[in-house]
Amino acid sequence: MIELFRQRKYLQFILLLVIFIILYQSIGPSETNVLWRFPPLIKAFPIFINDSISYLMFEWWPIEVYDPDIQEYEQKPLVSQFTRMISGFILFMIEFIREIMLGGVKTIVTFSGWDWATANPWAKWPGLPWTVVAGGATILGYALNGRGLALLVGLSTSYIALFGQWEPSMQTLSFVLVAAPVSVFIGLWFGVWAFRSKRIEAILNPLLNMAQIVPHFSYLIPVMVFFGIGDHAGAIATVIFATPPMVRLTLLGLKKLPPEVAESGVMSGCNNWQLLTKVLIPTARRDILIGVNQVIMQCLAMVVLASLIGAKGLGIHLLIALNQLKIGIAIEMGICIVLIAIVLDRMSLAWANKQTDYFSNPTFTEKYKYLLMFGVVFILGIMFAYIGTFIFPEGINYLYLIPHNKGISTAVFWQSGVDWIWDTFFFSLKAFNEWLTVEVLMPVKAAYLGMPVVATFTLAMGVGFIVGGIRSALIVGGFLMFIALTEWWDRALITAYLMTVSVLIAGFSGIVVGTLCAQNPKSTRFILTYCDTFQTFPSFIYLIPVMMLFGVTDTSVLIAIIIYATIPALRYTVEGLLSVPESLQDAGTMSGVGRLQRWLSIELPMSFPHMALGINQTVVFALSMVIIGAMIGTDDLGQLILGSLSDRNGVGNGLILGICVACIGLAIDQILRTWANQRKQALGLN
Amino acid sequence: MSMQNAISPSDEPVIRCDSVYKIFGNNAESMLKKANGVVDAAKFQAAGCIVGVNNASFDIHAGELLIIMGLSGSGKSTLLRCISRLTDATAGKIFIEGEDILTMNNKQLIELRRNKMGMVFQNFALLPHKTVLENIAFPLQVKGVSTQESVKKAKEMVDLVSLTGREDYFPRQLSGGQQQRVGIARSLVIEPDIWFLDEPFSALDPLIRKEMQDEFLRLQSVLHKTILFVTHDFDEALRLADRIAIMKDGIIEQLDTPANIVLNPATEYVRKFTEEVPREKVLKIESVMDAFDSSESMSDLTVQNSAIIETVAEVILSSSKPLTVVDDAGKAVGTITAAKIVHVLFGSHSTQRSENAS
Repeated sequence: MIELFRQRKYLQFILLLVIFIILYQSIGPSETNVLWRFPPLIKAFPIFINDSISYLMFEWWPIEVYDPDIQEYEQKPLVSQFTRMISGFILFMIEFIREIMLGGVKTIVTFSGWDWATANPWAKWPGLPWTVVAGGATILGYALNGRGLALLVGLSTSYIALFGQWEPSMQTLSFVLVAAPVSVFIGLWFGVWAFRSKRIEAILNPLLNMAQIVPHFSYLIPVMVFFGIGDHAGAIATVIFATPPMVRLTLLGLKKLPPEVAESGVMSGCNNWQLLTKVLIPTARRDILIGVNQVIMQCLAMVVLASLIGAKGLGIHLLIALNQLKIGIAIEMGICIVLIAIVLDRMSLAWANKQTDYFSNPTFTEKYKYLLMFGVVFILGIMFAYIGTFIFPEGINYLYLIPHNKGISTAVFWQSGVDWIWDTFFFSLKAFNEWLTVEVLMPVKAAYLGMPVVATFTLAMGVGFIVGGIRSALIVGGFLMFIALTEWWDRALITAYLMTVSVLIAGFSGIVVGTLCAQNPKSTRFILTYCDTFQTFPSFIYLIPVMMLFGVTDTSVLIAIIIYATIPALRYTVEGLLSVPESLQDAGTMSGVGRLQRWLSIELPMSFPHMALGINQTVVFALSMVIIGAMIGTDDLGQLILGSLSDRNGVGNGLILGICVACIGLAIDQILRTWANQRKQALGLN
Repeated sequence: MSMQNAISPSDEPVIRCDSVYKIFGNNAESMLKKANGVVDAAKFQAAGCIVGVNNASFDIHAGELLIIMGLSGSGKSTLLRCISRLTDATAGKIFIEGEDILTMNNKQLIELRRNKMGMVFQNFALLPHKTVLENIAFPLQVKGVSTQESVKKAKEMVDLVSLTGREDYFPRQLSGGQQQRVGIARSLVIEPDIWFLDEPFSALDPLIRKEMQDEFLRLQSVLHKTILFVTHDFDEALRLADRIAIMKDGIIEQLDTPANIVLNPATEYVRKFTEEVPREKVLKIESVMDAFDSSESMSDLTVQNSAIIETVAEVILSSSKPLTVVDDAGKAVGTITAAKIVHVLFGSHSTQRSENAS
């Protein structure tokens, strides 16, 4: 009997389920019963964090600083001086780029002081006409990768300008142009460091895992405390969020290199620096470029969130539009963000793949043709702008700058579309919404909240034990214990409920659709392109269309999560099915399998480990979306994190809440990854 | 030491290995010290160490082509990497032109590699982001040679390895054989004295491999480099080498000329390799001829001492008298008889059979 149990895993799962149900039924809600809810033993932890941070910022290690205003030395704490220095530098960089595009005085002020700048009102950088920036970008696109890229860049910049989003877009761009290179640089540096030293890798790995799952919001709060509010704070938060994938992909790329490549570099006489910059990094560039792409995506995904701590640009306008339910404008701005993302991504890619021609002997014009072209565009643009002052005398010079929301707009069209949908489908949408909320979501939510803590632990640790033995059980238990000992267990259950429902639906539909699409090469290509495209969109973009349909409800959040989280499930399913070796397929064919048999007995078992990793990603995607869902109103951990943003002492709460979310993700990650690795090993896929 | 001093500078080996050991594992060095130079692979393995190279000593002279032959895991590539110092030997001394490279610092090593060494890799190890021309020019650019100069030099190399017209191709656009030609050109662009080749033709198809071997012989006949060549292919070793070192489990089992290895295998392991070798295709007349004796009555025909037996066998076997063997200058250096040829070709088998009969 026991022997049978040991061999049959499904019997173990059934037993676990039985115990779970018994526990669930026998323990009822009670204030005092420890088996129902653990006491919040680490309730004071956030306060402790707050106190430590404010000590660190405002009291620890005072240094003498000369204050030019009062012409005296003053005592100031080291850390705040240090962060202020970083902030100043980053702010200067952002303002500098921004003023090249849009004009202003701040860069001049940095070098001369406010007094001088006020005394000399002529000393103001005028900013470039949008035609010059757009033309310059187009030429750059042409120089990097020929006509196709030039066309893309030209159309994108024109769209942004003509739709009256030029100013916020350039503000966003200036902030991305600082944050992205910094992230790439730091990521490369850490990746290389981890590649060179096993110990650094061992330290970085758990941090990277954590960083991927801790929600964006949680980063914002400590950044706000250390660096204040403004563009620089947004940029720093973005860097913190965008760097981990870069580190990971750099490390991955370097590790994949065959040792021969490094050896060939060494034997060619490279010193360490040459080996790194000329051999290792370029050879690993496929993965590193994916890293750069990720960084750009993360930067633009952060645009809206960074606006919460004072970054100017598209983000804040998009947020306002969403809050006012101006769907049309929100869509237009969403497109701007996506366009900036695509253009930057394609340009960086083209730049990395650029080739040199050694044999041509260019004449002066050939050598400097792009510079000359830009010169022409520059002069023409300024001429047009000047002419524009005569054509449009009443203040708005469309040839110089199209002010915000004063361009062409399709908002009316979208708005009427939304209105039409509401008018036509109001009752059916409402009915669906109500049905889903009342019949599905509320009962599931209630079931989650009615779960005694002991039952939850038994279930989670039990699954961990069956899958990965005592080690996995303890790890999963540890993660859950952290959440259980805070005062937010119930909120975490709500997060878990939203996540579970959406992961179930997203995972199921991802696997089904992925499998169907993998059946023929055309649809395979289509679905992979779909994944590529939709992964480019920053996560909150998904909220726009669902809000259009369902307004501010749990249903909206749920659908947005499902759409967003289906992408990895789809991708991994297709990739997994494609990776089934040809010879195995042939062997199946020669054994005379039918379509369904092939799928059930060959393809599915072989690709299941890969699919499990896809589900793992789905969980990560879903969690991050659940938290962002707080922006349109949910009542889970995300809402609390959003709340602590505006709380003076929110750092501790925000951090602990973020870690709680991460713990949910990491616990699931532990189980799925262990299981996938076991299966892979069993199938000899490693 | 006195012996070494006695050798005149021109005879000084270009590469000299003196009791080289390479043992992988955490406490390899202390274990090696305790072992007093006698390394038992099994005992080391039990302690978590893997023996890569076990007491290797040999010299390579200027212009010589030494091939290290062994099956996978025999330590042949490890030995090559010790000599090029891609890995550090655990113990022993390695001299390159009289200088101990194990005591060199990083800067000296880089200098050495930039001026004296070239290496070809099994899987080509070309830089995927650089064109053929850029790959070949790479060692020069790393050295700090101007772009114009290095491109000019690289172009010459492209012509040397017959890749003219493919300068702007990327490695991925070339066949395996062509990629290895790039690898060869890259390793030669700095005009090294010492040329390392690590299984350069193993990743190629048999026909291409043959073609590349011919190409290699052609290059060597022009360039006269000092070569250390690693292969697992015994036929390739016989075909190309001046001398062959056969390795097994990190130990050099035999180091000798191809002819001597075929004729007098030192160990059972080596003998297994030589059994299947078609001797008439490998051996030259000089390795089987008898000393010249002017008193014998000779045939009028002569054969070259460097001729492969197969190419002259018919002439020798159809002659009733011994033939005179002459060198390149036409001077008589030995004699060869049909009986000798028969013995060399079928000798070992017939001896075995007669032993069985008695």
